[in-house]
Amino acid sequence: MIAHLPVLQVLVPLLAAPLCATMRKGRAAWAVAVAASWTSLWIAIQLLLLVLTDGPISYELGGWAAPWGIEYRIDIVSAFVLVIVSTVAALVTPYALKSVEREVEASRVTLFYAAFMLCLAGLLGITVTGDVFNVFVFLEISSLAAYALIAIGQDRKALTAAYQYLIMGSVGATFIVIGIGMMYVMTGSLNMADLSVLLPQVSSYRTIPVAFAFLTVGISLKLALFPLHLWLPNAYTYAPSTVTAFMASTATKVAIYMLLRFFFTVFGPAFSFDVMQLDRVLLPLALLAMFSMSLVAIFQTNIKRMLAYSSVAQIGYMILGISMASVTGLTAGILHLFNHAMIKGALFMALGCVMYRVGSVHIDSMRGLGKRMPWTMAAFVVAGLSLIGVPLTVGFVSKWYLIQGALEKGWWPVAVLILITSLMAVVYIWRVVEAAYFQEFPGDDDSELGEAPLAMLLPTWALILINLYFGIDASHTAGIAGAAARSLLGVGP
Amino acid sequence: MRVLGLFNYWIFIFLMMVGFYTLISRGNLVKKIVGLNIFQTSVFILYISMGKVRGGTAPILMEGDAVYSNPLPHVLILTAIVVGVATTALGLSLVVRIKEAYGTIEEDEIQAEDLRL
Repeated sequence: MIAHLPVLQVLVPLLAAPLCATMRKGRAAWAVAVAASWTSLWIAIQLLLLVLTDGPISYELGGWAAPWGIEYRIDIVSAFVLVIVSTVAALVTPYALKSVEREVEASRVTLFYAAFMLCLAGLLGITVTGDVFNVFVFLEISSLAAYALIAIGQDRKALTAAYQYLIMGSVGATFIVIGIGMMYVMTGSLNMADLSVLLPQVSSYRTIPVAFAFLTVGISLKLALFPLHLWLPNAYTYAPSTVTAFMASTATKVAIYMLLRFFFTVFGPAFSFDVMQLDRVLLPLALLAMFSMSLVAIFQTNIKRMLAYSSVAQIGYMILGISMASVTGLTAGILHLFNHAMIKGALFMALGCVMYRVGSVHIDSMRGLGKRMPWTMAAFVVAGLSLIGVPLTVGFVSKWYLIQGALEKGWWPVAVLILITSLMAVVYIWRVVEAAYFQEFPGDDDSELGEAPLAMLLPTWALILINLYFGIDASHTAGIAGAAARSLLGVGP
Repeated sequence: MRVLGLFNYWIFIFLMMVGFYTLISRGNLVKKIVGLNIFQTSVFILYISMGKVRGGTAPILMEGDAVYSNPLPHVLILTAIVVGVATTALGLSLVVRIKEAYGTIEEDEIQAEDLRL
């Protein structure tokens, strides 16, 4: 049983998907989804503990030895990402029950959970696999499920958003396949560990830099790196609240994990950063993303859209950390994967509560909600403070490491820019706070608008508590992220 | 001779550019899907070409030494074809629903429709 945990991590949600689809009642499908996502969380935690004590786990799928067979390989980086994805899934699924009943047609609820489980299986699959073509297959499983999930949204703009994402996502995935094909043609291998040994021998051929370029663009499309983020704002705005909360905190994170995997494990930091000088591409784009997207976020009137732009800016922070290619910078980037997942998950879940009661997330419809929905808005404020980076929240810990990394490199203008963009986050979060707490409720005083149901508030507040806990005691997350950064850079244990 | 010897790869590049250009330049949602399909098909040709060994046979167990083509890229492409079919099906079904919701599948008309409200 324990020996098969790596494959069970993917199999449990993958098998839950058809099971959900065959259910007649939405609630039965929901129960299956909750059971599967909590099992996934349990497996992910077990795997993380195993990796922490015994080092990387290698699992031969079907008993075929690597590099011929498909290898599932879990090291500390993948175990950490597995925990992020499955934690979010385990908290979003209980939350989904009420939210989905409100936002999704009754006839589609079972299929919604089936697609949700497929998306989860794909994301977990990308993270566990040690085979580059397998990455592509799982990427497409998760992406196709994601397109369907977005298209379920109520607004008809959800359809065009899903279509746009489908086109851009498929182009990105095809670029990744071209890159993988070019690596295969030069080395004859698809196994990541094998490739990392074989690639340096052939890296003088032009095919390898071309493969590198295709992979960079393909993965950047998937992780919504500025200026390839155009699919993201619409997709997040018009998807059902549950989907937005899940996708914002997992899909882009897993894409960043792919970036780490390909550039640090497969190509190696020496080739990626010294020969190809990836940092010269990533750094300016990351800074542009942080600044311009925070600026755009300030002027949005739809709060979901505002947070979507803020997500692109936050992806900039992670890429900034990665582009430093130092232990501190990479630690900051990986740490922000976890922290941002918890922050954005909580923010979008709080917005989902507003959507459930008010039916809109426009800034005008949030007026006076501070009194009407105290717990929801309190959650929004705490998560907002975390997004800004106020001490005692996880957002502060990420920014602390990020600024340290920038100063270590002597990039003080970058450190200043991090502070400026944090202040911009204050501005856009404050707009919501002002509307909710300092403006009058527009409707009748005796209207029955009240707090969101407990089934939605509890998961939201669970994420808030994670935000606070790991903001006060960051030794666990920062320790794991630091170990992950060192293993990616190949320095020390 | 060198250029002719890389015939398959020229076809790959040509199809890739045709598909990519169609995908970017066309405003009709179905034509975009067609472009995406051509784009993906070009990658299939890339993979199948790289597995070919000159004078090689099918990879079947035979007595003696036999030169055979690498079957792995073909198998990979079978998977990619399935993915391509799924993407096309999903894309076209989205187009059907867009047509129902907007009454058009022209990108500029959809944008105009969104702005009108």
